[in-house]
Amino acid sequence: MLRFILRRLLQMVGVVVVLSLLVFLWLRSLPGGTVSAILGEKATPARRAALEKALGLDQPLYVQYWQFLKRAVQGQFGSSTGVQPGVDAMQVFVQRFPATLELSFFALLFAIAAGIPLGYMAARRRTSWFDNLSVVGSLIGVAVPVFFLAFLLKYWFAINLHWLPVSGRQDPSLDATRVTGFFVLDGLLTREYDAAWDALKHLILPSLALATIPFAVIFRITRASVLDVMDEDYVRTAESKGLTNKVIRGRHILRNALLPVVTTIGLQTGGLLVGAVLTERVFSWGGIGEAVAVAFTRRDYAVLQVCILMAAITFVVINLLVDIAYAVIDPRVRTR
Amino acid sequence: MTETIENTRTRGHSEEPLLSVRDLTVTFTRQGEKPFVAVDGVSFDVRPGQTVGLVGESGCGKSVTSLAIMGLLPQRGVRVEGEVLYGGTNLLTQSKEQMRDRRGRDLGMIFQDPLSSLNPVVPIGVQVTEVLERHKGLSRKAATPLAREMLDKVGIPDPNRRLKDYPHQLSGGMRQRALIAMALACAPKVLIADEPTTALDVTIQAQILALLKELVEDSGTALVMITHDLGVVAGLVDRINVLYAGRIVERGDRHPLFAQPRHPYTHGLLSSIPRLDGERGTKLTPIPGSVSDNLPWANACAFAPRCSQPIDVCVEKTPEFVEDGPRALRCHNPVEVSR
Repeated sequence: MLRFILRRLLQMVGVVVVLSLLVFLWLRSLPGGTVSAILGEKATPARRAALEKALGLDQPLYVQYWQFLKRAVQGQFGSSTGVQPGVDAMQVFVQRFPATLELSFFALLFAIAAGIPLGYMAARRRTSWFDNLSVVGSLIGVAVPVFFLAFLLKYWFAINLHWLPVSGRQDPSLDATRVTGFFVLDGLLTREYDAAWDALKHLILPSLALATIPFAVIFRITRASVLDVMDEDYVRTAESKGLTNKVIRGRHILRNALLPVVTTIGLQTGGLLVGAVLTERVFSWGGIGEAVAVAFTRRDYAVLQVCILMAAITFVVINLLVDIAYAVIDPRVRTR
Repeated sequence: MTETIENTRTRGHSEEPLLSVRDLTVTFTRQGEKPFVAVDGVSFDVRPGQTVGLVGESGCGKSVTSLAIMGLLPQRGVRVEGEVLYGGTNLLTQSKEQMRDRRGRDLGMIFQDPLSSLNPVVPIGVQVTEVLERHKGLSRKAATPLAREMLDKVGIPDPNRRLKDYPHQLSGGMRQRALIAMALACAPKVLIADEPTTALDVTIQAQILALLKELVEDSGTALVMITHDLGVVAGLVDRINVLYAGRIVERGDRHPLFAQPRHPYTHGLLSSIPRLDGERGTKLTPIPGSVSDNLPWANACAFAPRCSQPIDVCVEKTPEFVEDGPRALRCHNPVEVSR
């Protein structure tokens, strides 16, 4: 098991190095550039050259990449030029990452808490009205664009009905104490329960919007997987032993049916990171997604590089956790 | 050995049947398809300590019969008629929950493919203890020594280690032994074994059959043995029911039936068993054709198209099931008793 984890960590280093090169080249192949973004189109050639020199952009690409790599392994990615000019890019990321993580966590929680039970129920009541309805519902969930749904939710529940806050992560007038940057957790840790509750209310709409696609996917996979497992001989054996429904459901059906679901959850985290960009914009969330969107229009290479690389690392780490979870559930993987 | 069987039989005859299947008919009714009668008026008795064989080829309805007795047929798309009396209670009219209480406690079942019949992600030990937890109200902890004892009893070496093992870590024979341990954990009075040795090597087959025989004789469990292979049950069963296309075509005690099969189908089944003591190079005698599923018993004998000695009446009239003491036969033109 330990060797397995170590091997996967080494693989991760390779993934990140290759990705860093790709991101580096991709960003620099974009039309426009940092200098134009900062100085505008009408700047004099002399000023452009001076700024290029100051930012090191006059060097050949391979030198720039080497410089970037050398500093990156020390955790230095240069200063932001567009999102928060002058601030260290890593700093920009670290400040905003908890917001995105908190949002993604709640979105995934919604998706799993609804997707797995509903998927199981739909499979057990196959071809009933409940099954048909939820299959159609999950199709809609996948098909509706995240930003559109985010706008709808915001319009209905925040603007029209005033049930939930319109945007942001917390009411600034609460002046809550910050510990970890996860606002709900902070509120609980500092016993400022009103702050935690307020942060939770802010989380509901954006995480619902973000959860729709992973929910729909988890639901469909769970349903298909449960349908498969229900026909297995070992479920008939369990029935022949007269076991209670609860034991058959948990131990014999779900434990086997969840294997593909766990894999899917890992892959869906990638989708969450993408979806977060759109959702965060709609709700002015102040997370990574929002920073990436701004950094992209202003060609803020430093911030883009940090965020994309860190997102990639997060993705790889989550998939490593998924593989470990897989080995915990399935003994056949462990002994292989 | 002969003495044991004689004893069992005399005892069996004096006692009331433990399990009595009466006119069991199972019809599959799929939407948009013609109803299909898989089991057609099957009746047989099983007495305590008796081993009864249900023999026939694939599709003859033997597995459906066993699932019907266990109450394991799907709820929808299946019609079950007749009676399955267990100690006087008709199991077919019991509620779902009542049957759930009986399965594993009164009725146990062993399936054909031991690998696919075991849950791959649950240790063997848990798969044994869960039956004891369910029916004896024991905790996992209290049930574990009993499970260990059970594994030991079915001949699994080093049961302590095996309790923690997963099915893929066991050999085929060990898996079947584990399944037997699960089925017998609560000492059910009736055990149904559906082709328990089909997926196993020949040497392992013999071991498993010997084990089943021993367990049944020790505990007085009634065993319903389902197989397509008469050779497999030859040393084990007391009575044999031969099924063809959903109906019993011949019944008898083991010795007379093996010595003098009357139905051409039984005769064919016996002739198609390869013999070790036969002359080298002797060809096997197969029964031509396969089971037809097109209302086989309507105004004809279902076996007639494959029969070695059909007469005119075979395709004109359905043969009656004629009982004569322990023997019974459904045939217009039985095999002559010559030997």
